[in-house]
Amino acid sequence: MKITLTIDGVRYDDDVEPRLLLVHYLREHAGRTGTPIGCDTSNCGACTVLLNGKSVKSCSVLAVQADGASVTTIQGLAAGNGSGEDGWHPLQKAFHEEHGLQCGYCTPGMILAAVDLLNENPNPTEEQVRDGLEGNLCRCTGYQNIVRAVLKAAGSTTGAGVQA
Amino acid sequence: MTATADHEVGRARTRKEDARLVTGQTSWTDNIMLPGLAQVAFLRSPHAHARITSVNLDAARTAPGVIAVFAGADVAAEQGSLPCAWPVTEDIVIPNHPPMAVETVRYAGEIVAAVVARDRYAAADALELIDVEYEPLPPVLDMPAALEPGSPKVHAEGNKSYTWSLANGDLDAAFADAPVVIERTYRQQRLIPEAMEPRAVVVAPVADEFTMWSSTQIPHVLKVMLALVTGIPEHKLRVIAPDVGGGFGSKLQVTAEEVLALILARRLGRPVKWTESRTEGNAAVHHGRDQIQKIRIAADADGTLRGLDVDLLADMGAYLMIVTPGVPLLGAFMFNAIYKMAAYRFNCTGVFTTKTPTDAYRGAGRPEATYAIEHIMDDLAFHLGLDPLEVRERNWIKHEEFPYTTISGLTYDTGNYEAATALAKDLFQYEELRKEQSERNAASAQVRLGLGVSTYTEMCGLAPSRVLGSLRYAAGGWEHAAIRMLPTGMVEVITGSSAHGQGHETAWSQIVADELGVPFEDVRVLHGDTAISHKGMDTYGSRSLVVGGTALVSACGKVREKARVIAAAMMEVAPTDLEWADGRWAVRGDPDQGKTIGEIAFATFAAHDLPDGVEPSLDCDATIDPDNFSYPHGTHLCAVEVDTETGWVKIRSYVAVDDIGNVINPLIVDGQLHGGIVQGIAQALFEEAAYDDSGNLVTASLADYLIPSAADVPSFTLARTQTPSTLNPLGVKGVGEAGTIASTPAVVNAIVDALRPFGVTDVAMPCTPERVWRAINNALPSPGETPPLQPPAQNQVDGGGAA
Ligand code: FES
Ligand code: FES
Repeated sequence: MKITLTIDGVRYDDDVEPRLLLVHYLREHAGRTGTPIGCDTSNCGACTVLLNGKSVKSCSVLAVQADGASVTTIQGLAAGNGSGEDGWHPLQKAFHEEHGLQCGYCTPGMILAAVDLLNENPNPTEEQVRDGLEGNLCRCTGYQNIVRAVLKAAGSTTGAGVQA
Repeated sequence: MTATADHEVGRARTRKEDARLVTGQTSWTDNIMLPGLAQVAFLRSPHAHARITSVNLDAARTAPGVIAVFAGADVAAEQGSLPCAWPVTEDIVIPNHPPMAVETVRYAGEIVAAVVARDRYAAADALELIDVEYEPLPPVLDMPAALEPGSPKVHAEGNKSYTWSLANGDLDAAFADAPVVIERTYRQQRLIPEAMEPRAVVVAPVADEFTMWSSTQIPHVLKVMLALVTGIPEHKLRVIAPDVGGGFGSKLQVTAEEVLALILARRLGRPVKWTESRTEGNAAVHHGRDQIQKIRIAADADGTLRGLDVDLLADMGAYLMIVTPGVPLLGAFMFNAIYKMAAYRFNCTGVFTTKTPTDAYRGAGRPEATYAIEHIMDDLAFHLGLDPLEVRERNWIKHEEFPYTTISGLTYDTGNYEAATALAKDLFQYEELRKEQSERNAASAQVRLGLGVSTYTEMCGLAPSRVLGSLRYAAGGWEHAAIRMLPTGMVEVITGSSAHGQGHETAWSQIVADELGVPFEDVRVLHGDTAISHKGMDTYGSRSLVVGGTALVSACGKVREKARVIAAAMMEVAPTDLEWADGRWAVRGDPDQGKTIGEIAFATFAAHDLPDGVEPSLDCDATIDPDNFSYPHGTHLCAVEVDTETGWVKIRSYVAVDDIGNVINPLIVDGQLHGGIVQGIAQALFEEAAYDDSGNLVTASLADYLIPSAADVPSFTLARTQTPSTLNPLGVKGVGEAGTIASTPAVVNAIVDALRPFGVTDVAMPCTPERVWRAINNALPSPGETPPLQPPAQNQVDGGGAA
């Protein structure tokens, strides 16, 4: 099937199998490997991207369902080419500054889920952040610094828990 | 070029790694694309135990996009046996372990066939066309039953792999006439490591040379093992661990998939890739824990320990993988923990079952031991009517008694259990919480409060090669590092450690910046590629900083000494007239005269005026074998609220005071603790790899195997005491596993503490609402009037901040 979509600001016209998952399209057809895959049951959230500005798990969407849509992946979030910190999105900066990542595998999905969360609720409480990120699993960080990063990006001054 | 005057070590540096990770420029193994790359998919046994009676590959072979299809018989001659590097006893049974099953499958998930196709969809389609017929054999699922004489056998040699023992002191005397003897059986449930990046491997053959990219913790060990298993000469193999998305021990392995990918690439003469699905991985990645622990302590009436007797059954699963049999041995030295006693005996029997093989999982042997001893110390305290911290204090090694040789034979260099505990009690508001607990108990409140204590220690820095040799481990425990000085003064650091989330690029840069007097930004750390880092023992067992960091310091020292001779020539003084001060070689008594490492590096590049016999290079390397383990310790305190009507458990607060010696980067250290604590909580409350009666893994996906989300865990209060290790120049002890080791007993002890008034002495892990509810109701004297059993599916834990 023919599809046309915009990924990180670039237009793609393609002919794809109807069963092709969006995440596989992004990774293997469009070469956008910044979006990883962590599971096959739509539980982990590693593959989260923004589809027309709303976060979705790109393993639970078919490429053909994204026809006509605009997709933002972690590679399209920063201004410029992402190589300098200056252009980073506030959430990218906050994850870095608050050490909200270790292996980084969950990070693209976590950041994009947080972008959506803050769009919906610009001033969340810690509990709202924790509930809002429930669909994104991280095995490394124990979430404390992820929560702290999201609150920081939201301009919150409360911080998550207590530092050492 | 200026030297850095401020110390880098100890600074909360944000990580260098992050720049690629937060922008999606990461190189995960599955990202790798090569011309002509073919996709491998594996067909796996749906049976726990069966004989393969026929395999029909015809339909799959002719399916669209299929390049080749193989069954076990097709690769039997060249696939060898997956290695076990730790034959713990002379008479251990190490069964043959073909990467692809040929005649018999022994766990659900074992590979029986492989498809190589043009893409992953074609490969998956072709798997469906393979027809394998099985003759089912009886599953072997229960360890005690497996050891009965009439049990069906997993392997012809029987179901016992080995029995390993350690004893010191007169145990009979310790138990004879002991005023207090407590005996318990604890269960360490089976766990799945669940690194967020599923495993993946790519192999590219060029002529008779092979490059493998693998999502592994151990590129160096893997390379040696691949050479030994496949017969490909070691110098024709290159192994690269690119960005690796977590490991937790699960990628400390030489896997069937890696060996088969190599064999298939060799057969086909083209590059191949295999990427695991999560469901596949839950059954096929090695599992962790799974022990039955019989533990017995003898004590005096005042709680002073006399002796400790431990008898373990450890589930090996169906085969012995790289360190499977050795994992419980790492616990053997830790059951006695921080306590003094006159006698100790440890026995462990490794048992085969028809389940996924077990192996190292974060902590590897030490969480199991710590759980058991910390749990039974609480039982002892309750029996004597003492506070759990009081009974610990009566038994622990006092800070002035270090160095102290324990009953299991390790010599702890330093520690201060008093200081860590005092600080933890203070932050936790221990006395206030105890008061609230008694008030709730007095009022028979529905929601009870429980306080859990864990005063853990562990052994890190694996490991002195001599010790490993005495335990019959096949390899050593050294580590390697090299420094390459570039002409412009920049530094390349080569490390044999293989990071997969730990932040070595940042921490190693901090160390080198201080050691060589160069800016943090000027250091680049290279790792995880055997063509660049030719020597290494890789990353596991909280060893990288303790052993790898020591190698790094040593290599830097050698660079400085080489530089000294050249600096002296540059300034026309004798080398003995120079001192290393403020990150450069300066003339003693004339500090204005000095040369930085960068200046000296450029002089070696030009090499115009070097003294006779001095080589034009500052590069150095070092390989370090540790003399001893290192021994972090700490006190973790957990407060839980337990709803006695529903069994719901809520973690109300959690304080962790850890003594990991000197800290290179507090940001990284706190992160390791947060993640570790949550993994330990996950064992206590949420996770269990469950099998049904026919040996199928029930928790096959992340929908069934419940790893905690942000909503399931609280924030933690962390603090540190700092007793530097005397065993390495950095004074560090290791932190990668501390949180996991400490937190499981802290949480379970808290739950049991809340339920002591009901007569509960234990709740089996994971402490789900149902299990908590049953523990209360089974313990109640008259369970006649219990409410109907409608426990919630999963425990909820408070998401609120700790303070
Ligand atoms: S990969 Fe999409 S939710 Fe796990
Ligand atoms: S940082 Fe490793 S999974 Fe989140």
